[in-house]
Amino acid sequence: MAPKKPATAATTSASASSSSSGQIDKIALNIVQHYQKTTPQRTKLIDTFMAFLVIVGGLQFAYCVLAGNYPFNAFLSGFSATVGQFVLTASLRIQTTEANKSEFPSVSPERAFADYVVGSLILHFFCINFIN
Amino acid sequence: MAAAEGAGSTPVELLVSLGRNQSTKTLLKVIILAIIAAAAVASRLFSVIRFESIIHEFDPWFNFRATKYLVANGFYQFWDWFDDRTWHPLGRVTGGTLYPGLMVTSGAIYHLLRFLTVPVDIRNICVLLAPAFSGLTAYAAYLLTNEMTTSSSAGLLAAAFMGITPGYISRSVAGSYDNEAIAIFLLVFTFFLWIKALKLGSVLWGALCALFYGYMVASWGGYAFITCLVPLHAFVLICMGRFSLRLYVAYTTWYALGTLASMQIPFVGFLPVRTSEHMPALGIFGFLQLVAFLEYVRSAVPSRQFQTFLYVGLGGIFGVGLLGLVGLTAGGYIAPWSGRFYSLWDTGYAKIHIPIIASVSEHQPTAWPAFFFDLNMLIWLFPAGVYMCFQRLEDEHVFIIVYALFGSYFAGVMVRLMLTLTPVVCVAAAIAASQLLDTYLQYKSPEVVDNKEEESSDGTTKKSSKQSSLRSASQPVVGIYNVLSKAFIAGAMTLFLLIFVQHCTWVTSNAYSSPSVVLASRMPDGSQHIIDDYREAYQWLRQNTKEDAKIMSWWDYGYQIGGMADRPTLVDNNTWNNTHIATVGKAMSSREEVAYPIMRQHEVDYVLVVFGGLLGYSGDDINKFLWMVRIAEGIWPDEVKERDFFTPRGEYKVDADASETMKNSLMYKMSYHNYASLFPPGQAQDRVRGARLPDQSPVLNSLEEAYTSENWIIRIYKVKDLDNVGRDHAAAASFERGHKKKKAIKKRGPRVLRVE
Repeated sequence: MAPKKPATAATTSASASSSSSGQIDKIALNIVQHYQKTTPQRTKLIDTFMAFLVIVGGLQFAYCVLAGNYPFNAFLSGFSATVGQFVLTASLRIQTTEANKSEFPSVSPERAFADYVVGSLILHFFCINFIN
Repeated sequence: MAAAEGAGSTPVELLVSLGRNQSTKTLLKVIILAIIAAAAVASRLFSVIRFESIIHEFDPWFNFRATKYLVANGFYQFWDWFDDRTWHPLGRVTGGTLYPGLMVTSGAIYHLLRFLTVPVDIRNICVLLAPAFSGLTAYAAYLLTNEMTTSSSAGLLAAAFMGITPGYISRSVAGSYDNEAIAIFLLVFTFFLWIKALKLGSVLWGALCALFYGYMVASWGGYAFITCLVPLHAFVLICMGRFSLRLYVAYTTWYALGTLASMQIPFVGFLPVRTSEHMPALGIFGFLQLVAFLEYVRSAVPSRQFQTFLYVGLGGIFGVGLLGLVGLTAGGYIAPWSGRFYSLWDTGYAKIHIPIIASVSEHQPTAWPAFFFDLNMLIWLFPAGVYMCFQRLEDEHVFIIVYALFGSYFAGVMVRLMLTLTPVVCVAAAIAASQLLDTYLQYKSPEVVDNKEEESSDGTTKKSSKQSSLRSASQPVVGIYNVLSKAFIAGAMTLFLLIFVQHCTWVTSNAYSSPSVVLASRMPDGSQHIIDDYREAYQWLRQNTKEDAKIMSWWDYGYQIGGMADRPTLVDNNTWNNTHIATVGKAMSSREEVAYPIMRQHEVDYVLVVFGGLLGYSGDDINKFLWMVRIAEGIWPDEVKERDFFTPRGEYKVDADASETMKNSLMYKMSYHNYASLFPPGQAQDRVRGARLPDQSPVLNSLEEAYTSENWIIRIYKVKDLDNVGRDHAAAASFERGHKKKKAIKKRGPRVLRVE
């Protein structure tokens, strides 16, 4: 992560001095720019899946709030399936990102994917068992 | 290569050089671990050797009964088990209100052995399960300690400590078939997996950790300890500025999978999202998502902008989260902390609000000698080990420190939680002890390697003495180069370790190996005398009463009656229904006229009391009586009053000075019924309370004595049926005794001369 910082700082050095009210959307813009520039295609694919999971989870939660939580088992297992899949995918994304190599010396991308599959299998086994 | 160097010299050097070989080391470790496991198992067998292969105490009897049910009826039947033979007339949804891990484990072992054509009784599996698992616990302690230090001796020492320390033996002797038997192994192993997952940042280890956490949840209510400790560790790490992506991966994997796994257990069900005990884990889970996102943002934008972002974003989300939690708790969606939990913060809480929790002896605060009694020298090595952790302070050492702090606090609050402290004490003490041994036996004399066992230290010090005398020409003899200091420290450590072993054996043999179902006493000539009243009385019940005769007793004996006598009970050790227990308490503490309708309503056929007055057995019902009164008073404050059971001077007495309420209570009458007739006039004595009893035994009208065991420990009374001609019991009984009806005399009125 560290080597990336100077590059992004250079592109946004002008915006640093602007007033604080307009800063938030500038920050957002920066993040988006940074994201588009530095993320490889595969990671973007993973990110799309994560975004999908967030939307599905949000929908389930909205349903639970609006229409009641009657089959609470079903809601819980559905919701935790999305949450669990989200964090597992996030872990996969973290482990496969080039910049984080130093954090995970023992985890190769292949190993990360195998772990991901095992984790997902366990997760969905529990979800199906719990859904009633 | 080391072996090649050492070849051809003295046997000692050969041995030492062998010890340096990698594969020899591994072999030695395996052998040592196997010996430790064997020692752990062997030291728990005192009760089997002295008495017999028998299930101990109270709760194990229920577990045993449930295991038998599981083996006989299969898993699905067990899962849906509705037990109508307890909590009469309510029944208990047993399958949904127990932790099935223990029973399923022994059921699986049973079927495995059957499959291997080893015919073995399920009782023997249940009796020996705890010792077997203690061997595994020692191995788990070895693994956990190895994560903390590079010194291989620390792990072996930790395994040895874990194997024989009385703090753990207290709940895992042979026959003590309780949830803790397997839960401590799972606790230590789950912690090992957590450390491993955190170190490697691996999803696989995190998932394994979650699986074992799930197994732990299935086994013991103490899983909440893990549920709180792991998030706390994560939180401390974040606060120390040690957030890492490894932490994110390990924690989120553990939480997402572990929570789902824990919800599979019917008894736990929705608790992980509904109660406050589980909220820290959820909170840290959300917090970690946030921190991880912030880390990403930090890498994306310059630091100035990041600060603004941080204040706005973090403050807002934290506020919303806190408000949400408070709102949900107030709205009743999340249950506030349960009573058992409050009693952990305020030790006086339970005594005031929940007498049923306070009445259990293992929920009392720990007396300080208990620490030394249960841990011996480990208790003073423990702080040293924690200090060692501060010196290195990697992520895993923070875990030991956090665990040590919380474990110590909880162990101080509740006797039973000594069990959760013991693993960390063993690990920390092993770190300290191995540091000491490594320093004094290995420093600057690398030829001496074999310091794994304290026994070998004598040999190695001799060796090192030769070494240092050679070097004394070139180096000044100070500090630990000195032979004397080395020998002294090694000798002292050896001595301490030997004393430790002796202490552990003594404590195990004397304090923790009594089945409490069978009592042992010494005859005047020193031979052992077995007092077997419990089984005698339960056997009587089994053989002489109807299959569905309801037995009323205090809840302590519910599981034993269910397990040994196989008769339905009103209340048992499950204590899920306070009111029902209070009803029994009320029946026991009221006058006969009040108690009889209660017993009729609950279809009670027999009443069982435990009385130790003849033998001097202090754990009897009269000594527990005040708790019955208190629990009953909690529900019927107008009808049962604790004050009435004391003498006007505030003493709890059973002799002639006892208060009227006490003398008329059913419990008092049942305990002392006919007791005075055992003694010559004026000599009747209660040996537990050291009281001289009145010659006149209390009179029982609505109950009749059915059975009294050999030493009068168990007394069983039959509840009389309604009188045939509609008299009340007092009148009928006095008629039986030959007294005239007082009423009839009154009715007759003054005599009048008959005039016609």
